[in-house]
Amino acid sequence: MGETKKTYWKGLEQLKNDPAFVKHADKEFAVIGAEEDRGHNRRDFLKMMGFSMAAVSLAACEAPIRKAIPYVVKPVDADAGIPNYYASTYLNGGDYCSIVVKTRDGRPIKIEGNSLSNVTQGGTSAQVEASVLSLYDNYRLRGPKVGTENASWEDLDKQVIAKLSEIASKGGQVRIVSNTVLSPSTLSVIETFKAKYPTTQHIQYDQNSSYGILKANEESFGKQFVPSYDFSKANVIVSVAADFIGTWVSPIEFTKQYAKTREVSEAKREMSRHFQFESNLSLTGANADYRSPIKPSQEGLVVAQLYNLLAAKAGKAALGASIENIKHLEQAATELWEAKGKSLVVAGSNDKAVQTVVNAINDLLGNYGTTILPNKPLNFRKGNDEQFASFVAELESGKVDGVIFYNCNPVYDHVLGGKLAEALKGVSLTVSTSYTEDETSSLSGFKAPDHHYLESWNDAEPKKNSFSLSQPAITQIFKSRQTQESFLTWAGETSSDYFALLQKNWRTWFFEKQNSVADFQTFWDKSLYDGVYELPSDEFAALEFKADLASVGSSIAGNYKAASEGFELAIYENYGVGNGSQANNPLLQELPDPITKATWDNYLTVSQKDAKAKGFSMDDGTVQMGKLNVGGKSVNIPVVVQPGQTIGTIGLALGYGRTKVGKVAENIGTNAYPFLAQVNGSISFNVTEGVNLEVTSETYRIAQTQTHETYMGRENVIQEATLAEFKEKPNAGRDYPKITKWEEKVDPAAVSLWKGHEYKNHHWGMAIDLNTCTGCAACVVACNVENNVSLVGKDEVLRRREMHWLRIDRYYSSDAKPGDFVALEKAAENPEVTFQPMLCQHCNNAPCETVCPVAATTHSTEGLNQMTYNRCIGTRYCANNCPYKVRRFNWFKYHDNQQFYQSNPAMNTDLGRMVLNPEVTVRSRGVMEKCSFCAQRIQTGKLNAKKERRPVKDGEVVTACMAACSTGAILFGDMNDPESKITKLLQIEKDEKRPYGIDKKIGNPRAYRVLEEIGVKPNIFYLTKIRNKDKEKENA
Amino acid sequence: MQASSAIRETLITGGKTVGDVSEDISRQVEGKPTPLWWGAFGFSFILLALGFYSLCVLEWEGVGVWGLNKTVGWAWDITNFVWWVGIGHAGTLISAILLLFRQRWRMSINRAAEAMTIFAVICAATFPFAHMGRLWLGFYWVFPLPNTWGSLWVNFNSPLLWDVFAISTYFSVSLVFWYMGLIPDFAVIRDRAVRTGNKLRASVYNTLSFGWSGGAKTWGRYESVALILAGLSTPLVLSVHTIVSMDFATSVIPGWHTTIFPPYFVAGAIFSGFAMVLTLLIITRKVFKLEDYITIYHIELMNIVIIITGSIVGIAYITEFFVAWYGGVPAEFYAFYNRATGPYWWAYWSMMTCNVISPQLFWFKKIRTNIVATFVLSIIVNIGMWFERFVIIVTSLHRDYLPSSWSMFYPTIYDVGEYVLTFGFFFCAFLLFAKFFPVINMAEVKSIIKSTSEKKH
Repeated sequence: MGETKKTYWKGLEQLKNDPAFVKHADKEFAVIGAEEDRGHNRRDFLKMMGFSMAAVSLAACEAPIRKAIPYVVKPVDADAGIPNYYASTYLNGGDYCSIVVKTRDGRPIKIEGNSLSNVTQGGTSAQVEASVLSLYDNYRLRGPKVGTENASWEDLDKQVIAKLSEIASKGGQVRIVSNTVLSPSTLSVIETFKAKYPTTQHIQYDQNSSYGILKANEESFGKQFVPSYDFSKANVIVSVAADFIGTWVSPIEFTKQYAKTREVSEAKREMSRHFQFESNLSLTGANADYRSPIKPSQEGLVVAQLYNLLAAKAGKAALGASIENIKHLEQAATELWEAKGKSLVVAGSNDKAVQTVVNAINDLLGNYGTTILPNKPLNFRKGNDEQFASFVAELESGKVDGVIFYNCNPVYDHVLGGKLAEALKGVSLTVSTSYTEDETSSLSGFKAPDHHYLESWNDAEPKKNSFSLSQPAITQIFKSRQTQESFLTWAGETSSDYFALLQKNWRTWFFEKQNSVADFQTFWDKSLYDGVYELPSDEFAALEFKADLASVGSSIAGNYKAASEGFELAIYENYGVGNGSQANNPLLQELPDPITKATWDNYLTVSQKDAKAKGFSMDDGTVQMGKLNVGGKSVNIPVVVQPGQTIGTIGLALGYGRTKVGKVAENIGTNAYPFLAQVNGSISFNVTEGVNLEVTSETYRIAQTQTHETYMGRENVIQEATLAEFKEKPNAGRDYPKITKWEEKVDPAAVSLWKGHEYKNHHWGMAIDLNTCTGCAACVVACNVENNVSLVGKDEVLRRREMHWLRIDRYYSSDAKPGDFVALEKAAENPEVTFQPMLCQHCNNAPCETVCPVAATTHSTEGLNQMTYNRCIGTRYCANNCPYKVRRFNWFKYHDNQQFYQSNPAMNTDLGRMVLNPEVTVRSRGVMEKCSFCAQRIQTGKLNAKKERRPVKDGEVVTACMAACSTGAILFGDMNDPESKITKLLQIEKDEKRPYGIDKKIGNPRAYRVLEEIGVKPNIFYLTKIRNKDKEKENA
Repeated sequence: MQASSAIRETLITGGKTVGDVSEDISRQVEGKPTPLWWGAFGFSFILLALGFYSLCVLEWEGVGVWGLNKTVGWAWDITNFVWWVGIGHAGTLISAILLLFRQRWRMSINRAAEAMTIFAVICAATFPFAHMGRLWLGFYWVFPLPNTWGSLWVNFNSPLLWDVFAISTYFSVSLVFWYMGLIPDFAVIRDRAVRTGNKLRASVYNTLSFGWSGGAKTWGRYESVALILAGLSTPLVLSVHTIVSMDFATSVIPGWHTTIFPPYFVAGAIFSGFAMVLTLLIITRKVFKLEDYITIYHIELMNIVIIITGSIVGIAYITEFFVAWYGGVPAEFYAFYNRATGPYWWAYWSMMTCNVISPQLFWFKKIRTNIVATFVLSIIVNIGMWFERFVIIVTSLHRDYLPSSWSMFYPTIYDVGEYVLTFGFFFCAFLLFAKFFPVINMAEVKSIIKSTSEKKH
């Protein structure tokens, strides 16, 4: 083209090479001015469009931004994703537990027992396990309040101090009201406060009062105390209405000791014998070998008669009170006498007369120094009922000018609460330190919220010479302030630093009196690390019983009756909600009562016979409302028919009917505190007169997780025997199902369509001892917290949709003959009770795995049956095909759903969400879930071992339920490890042919698999229930 | 070619000619919908709308709106599913097995029966989808999910997966079979439309008939395809409900885990399918005045099938009980004891009355040739068959192995709503079919008109 000279031009402009033309020459439309006029050209348009499309699509797939701010300077021991553990102390009124708090990224998410403690020995209870959620209670006060207005601490302090000085200047009276204070440092702070305001009195009371024991010991031995008990040394245990496994004084400790006496094995074919005399079927009664129903009005006489029977053997005078025809009482006396010094008699009564006779009995039996240890008094219950009554009287007469309620709620949880509420109106200074705005706090002028115990520094002395420390596991969430600091501030101390005071106290009390550690910091760090500090206990010095038994006898004769007409009300503390202080905790509300299996309510329990006579019935949770009349007070409460309830008695749980408590528990049930009576100066939990109950036409639905009473005589579910049989044959009570083939009958394990798995590495398994399981259900709460199990609320429980991965099945015995299916459905009038923890059995031939169309539930190489939530489409076939019915379906979206805001705050509030375990997925709607054997814990254990290049050690992987079990009834471990505890317990013999196969040879004669005959081969083994009875079915 | 015999019962009455057949059947398609049709369609549509609302609530809120619980994971959903699948059995049985057995009386009823089959299977299929917790992920069923370990396939061990294959196969074969039969009839309507100059209709039916020419070769192919499809469908008639029964039979739940289920389910399915065909045809013949094509003789023959299958079902019920007792498995014995005497005794005895006792009335010729009695009994049979599935599913689940989990099932309004949805769909679809498609196979009926039609006197 170069040689041609011809030029073409588009126009004259090009020919002239006009600058305006040149400027636009490279444009597509080289028209001068046109493009500028248009404002945007095509390319711009394309660019804009491209950008917009990209921006829109990017915006559409953008996840909501949650800010995560990295540490500027990372604390040495804080690693994201790695949990930290802190030893601390659970304190709630007089309830105590030494604990280890698991925190993830600064948030407490789980509580476990501290095995270093000599008191609770690593045990926990449902309430302790659940308390971590109370920390994140949405109803907590956000900061101090004056009246109903938010205030600053400075303002509040100024006003409180002004009021206090005003009272002081005119010589007015100040009262500090609290539950039992276990903390010696707190008591010292109160002393400091008292020193500043000398007219101050500290009044302690307990919801579940043991004042009767304090008084009885004063009369018997000249000193007010509650001794330590050692059930583990008792071969014969007699309890008259003391629910020592559930709620009496120090249940965690007692459960642990009791379980030691209930363990049996081929080598140890002995166990304690436990007699229980009570009105309501309590958890303790459910575990007893012989249980005799008595009326509350007979309690005193039963104890007196027991004394008489023993006194006759000892050649001593009888009391002036007696009762005849109490079943098993004479047998109990005989066996107690034979086990002198190795027996224990306890009573739940709060009547000092009854407790004095109990002391006399134990004295007679020589139990002091062996099973009762007055040298290690317990501090759990120091409440003084008389002092509290006179405090209310003083208030009413206007003699008190200032009241400080230190972490207590007497307006709700004291029988005089109503009077107190009235009287408070006339008091010029009322302060409450409760961390929520409860019934008492809302009536108080100043609300000075304390930290939750997980945010606090504190110490405790639950038992003489046994100390423990509380440390904050989280920085305070709200503008609360440790009450000890408040007291110090109001007392005008220059330093209100409670931590410094605590250290100072420990320095002078303990550090300076020991020689083993040289510097205080080391001593302090060690104590804090352990959580506990023990001093050598005092020597046991023999006590001289010096009570006047004659007057005690006449007091009993006057207060109790051998036979009475009409109903009597026996009020008890519930295992879940307890005294009501943690009522706003849905973990506890949804925890089924171990006996009635009811959730989210309290109710009256009546015997089958009374129900029939009065027209009460119970059908699949539908019950009648009863009109309860107590001394003129009348209230309508649903009535539950309870096997084992003494005829003529009614049971009612404390802890419900709270009015100022938060969304979870508001107006659930009826408050039982106002019904409490008085006896010999103490609060009595029995109302023996003026009780009436009538049926109404109104029906009500009780949300029970189990509505069927008996196990229908199915020996493939529950296998039990008496101790006598067990002694003879260690496999007593075992049921060996056989499969009939053409030629012969064979073991179910011998017939299988499947080739079976090979577990080359671990083979996880679990053993559950039905004999040591008390049914306390701490494991259920632990499992809920560990695995982010949704709480679904009363309506959904009514629809039988609770989500618990682990449940405790409770079965009553029936008097019917096998095969009589209609009669078998009904429990006996006074049944034997069996508890069976039921969770995913991790079957080796799992029926759920074969039926899932998408393979969302599969078998691991270590024997676990695992759920893949992402894969699940929710056909529910697996749940239908589960013979154990342990699979739980997400019927709704339980998280981020207003509908479940009340029942499931842990997944529906920003505060609540902090408790979720980040290692466990929160399940979405339409997904099946179930026990995973705490797969996350197994994984952690394996990773830790891998980092250290060693095999996983036995005991390194502990499931949440096992960790929570105070009695050691649950044992988890590797069945391939010849040294593991579970291998030894089950006596697994090595199978040379198939060492890694699923068919482990189990040598323990007590071990059985539930529903063995269907051949699903679970990895969970149960050990037979053994009752220490002479003959079978002797209870009724 | 057709042999005419004096012994043979007359299949078509009224001395119909070939021309009459075209006229009688096509008239329904060509005429305007009657007010009765509009009323019925309107009502069905309301049911459909209510049901659809209920389905929306279900999908929006979760399966929890139903009354299911931790123990009873299936109830109305799978009951309805099996019930509809069972109903869906009659059509193919009539057109395939009876074709192979050369039962010519099927010709008057197979078209409607096949249509019913297809609609019933669609109704049935809604439940496995609706009952899923996460419907939107339900398509995992089909595709292998690729991942780093290799692709993750569906679980071929699961009877639910077998269901998917069984039902989708059955559905596609039935659909093809049905549609193929329709082609010559569409052509008839097209030809009539061409003659009357209705261009729209002519073009629509021309498309539907794939331009059917009616040549001898075409007819030849038509006949062979019909035979092949009949051969293909025959095992399907037996396989579908066999596989559905395996949802239960392969499980470990007492009351489900029974080897008798496959034949028992197939018999039950034919039983309910015939009953539903009767219900529908008795109405259709009346409304469309097809008494000459669907005669009392047809009805009587179908009633005989009902006696037979009803009795098989009855024997199966008794056998189950015998085996539960004789087998010596306590859990299974209790499951059956509980069925008859437990909290759901009323469901069990409804089932027994409707399924075992009531069809025995057909032994009386008077009853089995009576239209009203047949109509009432056909509905009773389907009520009974619904209870049969409810009894199997709910009473087995509600009390299985561990008494701690025993519970009751209470249906909610949404359980009912999903059932209403399928009724709404079924009737809407059937009404549309009855209006726009020839309800009797004209081509086939014409082939027998010579030999079996009542002669004009």
